[in-house]
Amino acid sequence: MLEGMLAETIGITGHNGDTIQAYYARPMTADPVPGVVVLHHMPGWDEWSKEVARKLAYHGYAAICPHLYSRLGPGRWEDVAAAARAQGGVSDAQVVGDSAGAAAFLRAQPSSNGKVGVIGFCSGGRQAYMLACRIAVDAAVDCWGGAVIVSPDQLTPQRPVAVIDMTPEMRAPLLGIFGNDDANPDPAQVNRTEEELKRLGKQYEFYRYDGAGHGFFAVDRPSYRPQQAVDAWTRVFAFFGKHLGK
Amino acid sequence: MCTYIVEKAEINGHGKGTADWIRLTRANVYYDHPASAPFDHALIVDFADPSAGPGARISVELSAESAQALVQAIQAALASGQAQHDLVAMGRT
Repeated sequence: MLEGMLAETIGITGHNGDTIQAYYARPMTADPVPGVVVLHHMPGWDEWSKEVARKLAYHGYAAICPHLYSRLGPGRWEDVAAAARAQGGVSDAQVVGDSAGAAAFLRAQPSSNGKVGVIGFCSGGRQAYMLACRIAVDAAVDCWGGAVIVSPDQLTPQRPVAVIDMTPEMRAPLLGIFGNDDANPDPAQVNRTEEELKRLGKQYEFYRYDGAGHGFFAVDRPSYRPQQAVDAWTRVFAFFGKHLGK
Repeated sequence: MCTYIVEKAEINGHGKGTADWIRLTRANVYYDHPASAPFDHALIVDFADPSAGPGARISVELSAESAQALVQAIQAALASGQAQHDLVAMGRT
């Protein structure tokens, strides 16, 4: 564990060359470190998402959490998130572009070991799965990403392609973390996702926890499940350690 | 007409306001993960003026039970004689 870290909000280049906010946490070490893009959940670029970035830095990763609603600001993150929700969210194309920009930023740092992973929670989990199919990352972690499987009538101009249909293009190993009491995704949907990954010969690991539902890492919510969360975090770090060269 | 009639609802939730009075032109209502209230999900109402930017927002995050109690209180207040008179005048009943 690396006790010293730097953590701050910076500007990075995202989709369409736009400058967006990002929370960047990295360990103070002279050794090359792998990077992780952290995808915040739909409620917004919140304190917990930044805690995740700092947790990753503590474990030796340069972590960056791009503010996916940045263009709707300036303002408090929760006001900006509410404005994003009111307009139906942001497009998958923009999320891909912003995340690609964040990954490029990490790789461009002198301290980078050249490897970048991605981790996302809730809507961010869905986005992590998508990014494994859309951009060059070395590992992807999907924590309870809902709406990976959707019916055609659920597609929108913002999200025109079902993420499950992107699976043939998946080019990174995938770790999935799910609670068996979750309703979105429910166990049947996770089963179908796993079947698709197997059918297409993709490299993946799924861990599914009894007694846990959606968002069971959240320490400030009734959904928190400490035993399951501690175990799942060890899986995350083992997975990143294996694939990001740490 | 002035009265001391107040419909009260016991609620559980969090709210965020603004420094002063603002115009409101939109109410966004949804049941989803809250930003502040310590629930997995909440009934959230954003009273906003989108033309004035994201900060022009007064938000309440309530438990589902609280939201039901609030709905009942609102309906009780609107059942008053004066409210019914105004709604009829607006063509809303």
